[in-house]
Amino acid sequence: MRAILLALMLTLGLCAPAVAAEGKPKEKLKIGFVYVSPVGDEGWSYQHDLARKELEKDPNITTTFVESVKEGADSERVILNMARKDHDIIITTSFGFMDPTMRVASQFPNITFLHCSGYKMSENVSNYFGRMYQARFLTGVVAGRMTKSNIIGYVAAFPIPEVIRGINAFTLGVRSVNPKAEVRVVWSKTWYDPLVEKEGAKSLLDVGADVITQHQDSPGPQVAAQEKGVYSIGYNTDMTKVAPNAHLVAAIWNWTPFYKDMVEKVRKGQWKSGSFWPGMESGIVDISGFGPMVPKAVQEEARARRQDIIDGKLVVFKGPVLDQSGAVRIQDGALPTDKELLEMNWFVQGVVGSPK
Amino acid sequence: MRTWKVTRRTEPLGWGSFLLFIMAFGISLAISGFLLFLQGKPGLGGILLLLEGGFGHGYSLEDTFLKAIPIFLCAAGVAVCFRMQVWNIGVEGQYVMGAAGATWVVLTFPDAPMWAMLPAMGIGAMVAGGLWASLPALLRLYAHMNEIISSLMLNYIALVILQRLVYGPWKDPDGAGFPHTMVFPDPAVIGTFLGRIHYGLLACLVCGLGLVFFLKRTRLGFEVTVGGENATAARYAGMPYARLVLFVFVVCGALAGLAGGIETSAVLHRLSMNISVGYGYTAIVVAWLARLRVGRIALFAFLLAGLRVGVENLQLELGVPAAFAGMMEGCILLTVLAAQFFDNYALRRVQAQPAAAGQKGAGA
Repeated sequence: MRAILLALMLTLGLCAPAVAAEGKPKEKLKIGFVYVSPVGDEGWSYQHDLARKELEKDPNITTTFVESVKEGADSERVILNMARKDHDIIITTSFGFMDPTMRVASQFPNITFLHCSGYKMSENVSNYFGRMYQARFLTGVVAGRMTKSNIIGYVAAFPIPEVIRGINAFTLGVRSVNPKAEVRVVWSKTWYDPLVEKEGAKSLLDVGADVITQHQDSPGPQVAAQEKGVYSIGYNTDMTKVAPNAHLVAAIWNWTPFYKDMVEKVRKGQWKSGSFWPGMESGIVDISGFGPMVPKAVQEEARARRQDIIDGKLVVFKGPVLDQSGAVRIQDGALPTDKELLEMNWFVQGVVGSPK
Repeated sequence: MRTWKVTRRTEPLGWGSFLLFIMAFGISLAISGFLLFLQGKPGLGGILLLLEGGFGHGYSLEDTFLKAIPIFLCAAGVAVCFRMQVWNIGVEGQYVMGAAGATWVVLTFPDAPMWAMLPAMGIGAMVAGGLWASLPALLRLYAHMNEIISSLMLNYIALVILQRLVYGPWKDPDGAGFPHTMVFPDPAVIGTFLGRIHYGLLACLVCGLGLVFFLKRTRLGFEVTVGGENATAARYAGMPYARLVLFVFVVCGALAGLAGGIETSAVLHRLSMNISVGYGYTAIVVAWLARLRVGRIALFAFLLAGLRVGVENLQLELGVPAAFAGMMEGCILLTVLAAQFFDNYALRRVQAQPAAAGQKGAGA
């Protein structure tokens, strides 16, 4: 059996690498998800898993998942085992799964691979992400309106472009309605550590922050805000449950439309690999409902900006954008290229902290 | 009246010890099966899926070997330290520094040919790991600092250094700002010889045999064992105790460092934070389970690796949560360690002492 499989792989790999990606239409699909953290009750993996459950409602789709997979050696094995078990689509949802996904994909040209948040692609691997910074901008608008001390705390994960972009967009949102406010950043150097992330939020509360937001998967910072009696802004999931008195709004992921689209294309044999970075217009990112403490006028303002982004009337990072030193980074009227956004390693004016 | 009594064994158990282990392992699997059953999953079927995932196919054996390699090297190092009753908990940090040492070689001489590159990487890894391990040893010898605390704390420092390196000077310029080094050039990647199994397995073999020879046949090896059993006696016998402490730390660090170097080269093909997945801690568990014997370490490293691999199969097929793996591992550790009690003690049915019976009666 293995020999046959190997022979099949070799022939397909050697003779028809280009055709391999655009396969035949498929009736039944088996889709595997690889998560970096436990699914739990909220957060990054939870949002992907919601989409998985949506997909599974289709009687012709079966899904599997493995959670808490460590990036690196373990992930390569998990992905490889999924490939061996006849999955049609394998979705790997953490940056550190990139190299392993590429390596396994090169051995299984008939399987479609989707890798979230990386930058590599091949005949049968797409990378994809969502323009979360758009939702961040909107939550920034809310924060800018709600702060009284004009200090907003941002508990950030790691100094990588994705996180820096989020901080910058958030700050631009804040400053668009409240030019006096500043955004203070602390790095937790974690993706999921409730205690460390809560402590990070507390250090920001101590310097006078009265709105806290975050870029990790644990609700730690939300809890810190709730205990201090100030406001918070969630990420990934609507986090109202953990901090009902603090939670103003959240920047949330909704992977279902994107996955449904990809799955449909694979089913029809029309899938082609690419780099996908859809924005709010596709529904992949959005903001949650508002907490009752957000005044109607602010809610309406945020909704109006949301519509502007969807209609393309408002482009986050449209020049002029100044960096912390006051130097112009994006010229007046210029639109940033995706490359600039994807490699962003500097903070905009209004951020207090170091992007390192 | 007859009753059970615990007595110390006068004869070593020999092969019975192995039987004991099999029984303990069987009990822990049965408990795990029962836990699956409580979750509404097939108990026996689940255990079979687990074993199949870890050991049942050619490729699952490959995966298990692959995972066992770094665990074995680290655990062998731990055993040398623990034999001398030197508690080096800093294996994870030494492993990470080893990976960094090997990477330094690659980044400094990116154009070196393979025959020079791989040995240099191995040496770089062992030197880095060994030097890092010498810190807690020197702290203990000259500052009387408890090595359990210092070696453990150095793990976190090693991780921060690694973070500094991959976010700073070693960051891949073509990596879109992500924290990892460039992909290693081909001469810096250890090849595979059987499926995905790489030549690091040979390093395990060489180190394992070397260690057995060292512990059994050399004077230094004898001194390490004696030094562990009685430090005062060792000092009276004129053994250089301080140098021995330093020596076992460095050996352990070098082995852990080598494991880290092999893992970056053969498996990750670049250095990133993902190198640290806790093998250094697993190694301590394995060394204890194996009672610090090299042959058994190989067995337990393989077994534990197989279970970790197998549990993924269970997740994939039955959808059990990942936390189940941790529960099961704890369960195995507990039963096997508990069973080791019977290596030294036996339950015997003996005639109850009349006096004891009398006391019992009086108590009632």
